[in-house]
Amino acid sequence: MIELNLTNLEDLARGTAFLATGGGGDPYIGKLMLKHQLEQGKKVKIISPDEIDDDTFACNVLTMGAPTVFGEKAPNGLTSYEAMKKVEEIIGKKFNAIMPIEAGGVNATLPLVVGALSGLPVIDADGMGRAFPELQMVTYNVGDVSINPLVVINDFYETGIFNSRNSSSGEWLSRAVCVRMGGICQVACYPMNAKQIRETSVHNTIKLSFEIGSLIQKARDDKNDPVEEIIKYMGKSNPPRVGKLLFTGKIDDLLRETVNGWTRGKMYLKSLNDKDTLLVEFQNEFSYAKLNDNKVLAMVPDLICALDSETGEPITTDSLRYGQRIKIVAVSVPPIMRSEKALKLFGPRAFGLPFDYTPLEDIK
Amino acid sequence: MFRIGVDVGGTNTDAVLMQGKEVVDGYKSATTEEPGLGIIKAVSTILNRNNIDTKNIESVMIGTTQFTNAFVENKRLEQVAVVRLGYPATVSVPPCIDFSDNLRKIIGENFWIVNGGYEFDGRLLGDWTTEEITKVAKEIKNKNLKYISISCVFSPINEQQEIDTAKIIKEHNPDAIITMSHRIGRVGFVERENATIMNSSLGKLADKVISSFKDALKELKIKSPFYISQNDGTLMSADIVKNYPVLTFASGPTNSMRGAGFLSKKNNAIVVDIGGTTTDFGVIKEGFPRESAIPVDIGGVRTNFRMPDLISIGLGGGSIIRENNNQVSVGPDSVGYKLDKEALIFGGKTLTTSDITVASGDANFGDKNKVEHISNDLITKSQNKIKNMIEEGIDRVKLNKDDVPVILVGGGSILVNGKLKGASEVLIPDHSDVANAIGASLAQAGGEIDKIYSYSEMGREKSIENAKNDAISRALQAGAIKDTIKIIELEEIPLSYLPSGSVRIHAKAVGDIF
Repeated sequence: MIELNLTNLEDLARGTAFLATGGGGDPYIGKLMLKHQLEQGKKVKIISPDEIDDDTFACNVLTMGAPTVFGEKAPNGLTSYEAMKKVEEIIGKKFNAIMPIEAGGVNATLPLVVGALSGLPVIDADGMGRAFPELQMVTYNVGDVSINPLVVINDFYETGIFNSRNSSSGEWLSRAVCVRMGGICQVACYPMNAKQIRETSVHNTIKLSFEIGSLIQKARDDKNDPVEEIIKYMGKSNPPRVGKLLFTGKIDDLLRETVNGWTRGKMYLKSLNDKDTLLVEFQNEFSYAKLNDNKVLAMVPDLICALDSETGEPITTDSLRYGQRIKIVAVSVPPIMRSEKALKLFGPRAFGLPFDYTPLEDIK
Repeated sequence: MFRIGVDVGGTNTDAVLMQGKEVVDGYKSATTEEPGLGIIKAVSTILNRNNIDTKNIESVMIGTTQFTNAFVENKRLEQVAVVRLGYPATVSVPPCIDFSDNLRKIIGENFWIVNGGYEFDGRLLGDWTTEEITKVAKEIKNKNLKYISISCVFSPINEQQEIDTAKIIKEHNPDAIITMSHRIGRVGFVERENATIMNSSLGKLADKVISSFKDALKELKIKSPFYISQNDGTLMSADIVKNYPVLTFASGPTNSMRGAGFLSKKNNAIVVDIGGTTTDFGVIKEGFPRESAIPVDIGGVRTNFRMPDLISIGLGGGSIIRENNNQVSVGPDSVGYKLDKEALIFGGKTLTTSDITVASGDANFGDKNKVEHISNDLITKSQNKIKNMIEEGIDRVKLNKDDVPVILVGGGSILVNGKLKGASEVLIPDHSDVANAIGASLAQAGGEIDKIYSYSEMGREKSIENAKNDAISRALQAGAIKDTIKIIELEEIPLSYLPSGSVRIHAKAVGDIF
């Protein structure tokens, strides 16, 4: 069990920014929400999926909407807990745990706020193992976990209940209500039992965030290269991951546009000796990296992260700027995210890319 | 007619005498506890030695870091009443949550989160009522709080609730000094509210400092109007600064950059300010510093107001040089103000960048004999390293691949000799030691806006027109002359996860004051 406190909160925030792979929304507000709970004396217990009882019944809670709105209009705070209670009411059964749907960005911290409010433990596992833009992009779907009942709620406790035909439809419908709710709403969905949690989620991702965050800080304090330390650490993570430094360079060109509500863009990096070029595309999060216009070095769902060359600080796509010195790091995802069914949900083709998935470690 | 530019910094108070576009004279003196005294000393010196009658002074412009320093040092700050309009939203993040413990103690816990605010599309959020605000106004009165901060969700889109709230509070508290967030920052609530609270906390000091400036000018028998420079390099009348001290927070680097641009007659350039310990790199675009797009921390508090986008590296005239395995490293540590004791040329024991510059013959100060033993190899390697560091800094602040003029200012500019990669030309202007005061004297006023528009409803052209007009009317309010106002910045940022056509527009207009 991990207990959150005001000191390791910083590590968590930095680690979730890493796992957000360029998107996921600014974790700053989420961090402040948690800080407020901890200062009130609230506790947040985080338990490993290996420790859960067979009668565990958990609800996924999250914030849906536009990061710009979230930055202006932080939520009421109690509403996500209310959304969860609404789900309980509909299915007639109480939850005894909370699940994060996402390991990166603001939705990695929000469930911990609900954990503080409800006193329920938060399970150290999630449905994305990183950040993804849409609700159906979760490993839960590999095990056919139902997204229903899908409850959305705003700051006035106005509630919408969806009984959708599938998770993609749930995403599509709730997103429309989200706009009418002022561009942001709180969501509870994907109720899960112990078996489903054990079998369909990505395990130990909160712990992963804590560890990534603390080792970036430690590397800075010890004057070591944080990026090197992250790569070394990945082999020791649980389950073991492969970390690769794909490229060191500076941003040479940046293109951005918004299509159907997604921020799409391309970042071109030039190596410091001017010889090589790396193209990294993003669709909210980074989706693939291609060397010298001919070789794809990494692709979704494997993580592609942009880190400040010197400090190792994760950089979001919003704050990319011409001339920035950046290291691009790729990290393999656990096997559960690489099954055929999973890749249909969030592999390259799900993002409209014209190629099939090749695992990071198979690309030489 | 003449103008006077003054820069009141933490250590020095500089004054310059300007005639049209000419720098007549400049003088540096020490900053005093009562800032007006330093001003009197510096200004009277340049007036006397140039035989100028104060009748011929048409205006005085002052740049100051007094407020920045006070905030960073947590000194001379006041308790603040924080009124937030946004309930039932925002309660998960109470005011001042990320301030240091010490600051929180000073500001106090006088918070009211009341019904109100707007949605991103301009609809009403909570139900704002006169009754609720009146109740708050009375509680503020009972608590005897004078400095009040009002922050409303999405006030950059609609400021009406902040204005209405301020009016009611003022009715019950006639002495209240009120700051409204829409006057301070842009979209990004926590950062904007933070800056508003910071501004309120400086209310008493602002009154004192501005009075001290006024007294100084009175003492000098200068009757012309005086202005204070704000973060973006434009000017505000002194009476406005009294209410918005926070808007001067970054005026120091801004003035130095604008002064550098003016002295070298460049409107678009990179300014490299090489001091004793650090070098700052910034960009001037159309004569104004490029602003930072990401939140800026001041005294540990995250804000989002208008700050020049600077990067700083540990390179200066006092940076320490080390040789290790045939590799040369420069900085980031420096002997700092002890240069005149610790550098080799001054009889010290530490090899610094200044020693290398003297040894190479590029500059002549201190005792050259003390650095004769330095090998040509070490000189070349060190100079190459310094040059690389500066070239990398230039490249990091550049907007695109094109070469641009580079202006070097500050005492450390002697470290650079010859061409720099990425620079179309390298300029070292005269009077660069008083660039800050010169920057302050460049008289322009500006206005800006940052709002979310719906292109699907209003159309792109009409939205942009609307944004431009709002920026222009704010520049007019700030004192700019109508015919001289130009739009110098226009930025459209499409928003993700919102209906296609929601775009945030940032527009900025500036014009001459005279």
